[in-house]
Amino acid sequence: MSYLQRSFKVKFNDFMKAGDVSVQIQGILKTIGFDPDLIRRISICAYESEMNMVMHGGDGDVLLTVGLKSITVDVRDDGPGIENTERAFQEGYSTATHEHREMGFGAGMGLPNIKKSADAVEVNSEKGQGTHLKISFNVE
Amino acid sequence: MTSDKKTPYMSLADIKETLRAEVIVGHDNLDIPVKAGTGSDLMSDILRGPTSGSVLLTGLNNIQVIHTSVIAGIVAVVLIRDKKPAPEMVSLAREHGLPVLSTPFTMFSSCGRLFNKGLRGVE
Repeated sequence: MSYLQRSFKVKFNDFMKAGDVSVQIQGILKTIGFDPDLIRRISICAYESEMNMVMHGGDGDVLLTVGLKSITVDVRDDGPGIENTERAFQEGYSTATHEHREMGFGAGMGLPNIKKSADAVEVNSEKGQGTHLKISFNVE
Repeated sequence: MTSDKKTPYMSLADIKETLRAEVIVGHDNLDIPVKAGTGSDLMSDILRGPTSGSVLLTGLNNIQVIHTSVIAGIVAVVLIRDKKPAPEMVSLAREHGLPVLSTPFTMFSSCGRLFNKGLRGVE
């Protein structure tokens, strides 16, 4: 059962707005008053996901669901999909363009950071079929 | 620099002096305590460590530095090598109350100067 749900739109290649959604999510969680470390982990996952969508994924949505015992961040996009999920989660592997790298992205740590910060990550993605990431956190 | 045994810190004013930095955003926030430092030009690298309460030294000069810093709990950003932020970066930093400074020193020198003053890394 959830007691709060918020949905946000993310636009592919919009680097001026990129990050806005994650900062809003952080703000919501701070207002509710969750543990600061939990907020930090959720915010990092939201941000890395949002940036992946902006850089690679295409237009999509981020759905924040806050329950009494868990919080999830569902990220869906209409982009090209992940061809090899195992490789995508390897530290250092990146498909960032030169322009992305000039902005400080492309370390190949986005998905590894999500995996490290979340309590659970489910990935549904195939080449040409878009991507759905469900990132879950336990509320202690 | 003031310290208790558990959490030594520097004020942003001390950091400004040590780095001979110009304050771009945050003239009224120089008394904030900074408990650690981190230096990086990779966004995901910044997000990896326990950066809450720290100062970020970076050569990256784009609006995403502000978002990354807010997400990571960084309390001040110092651009190295005399870099000056673009207007949209200044505007976003002001919106979030995030001080932004600019130092003439390189990354290596900046980190060294702060380390010599007792500031430690985020690990």
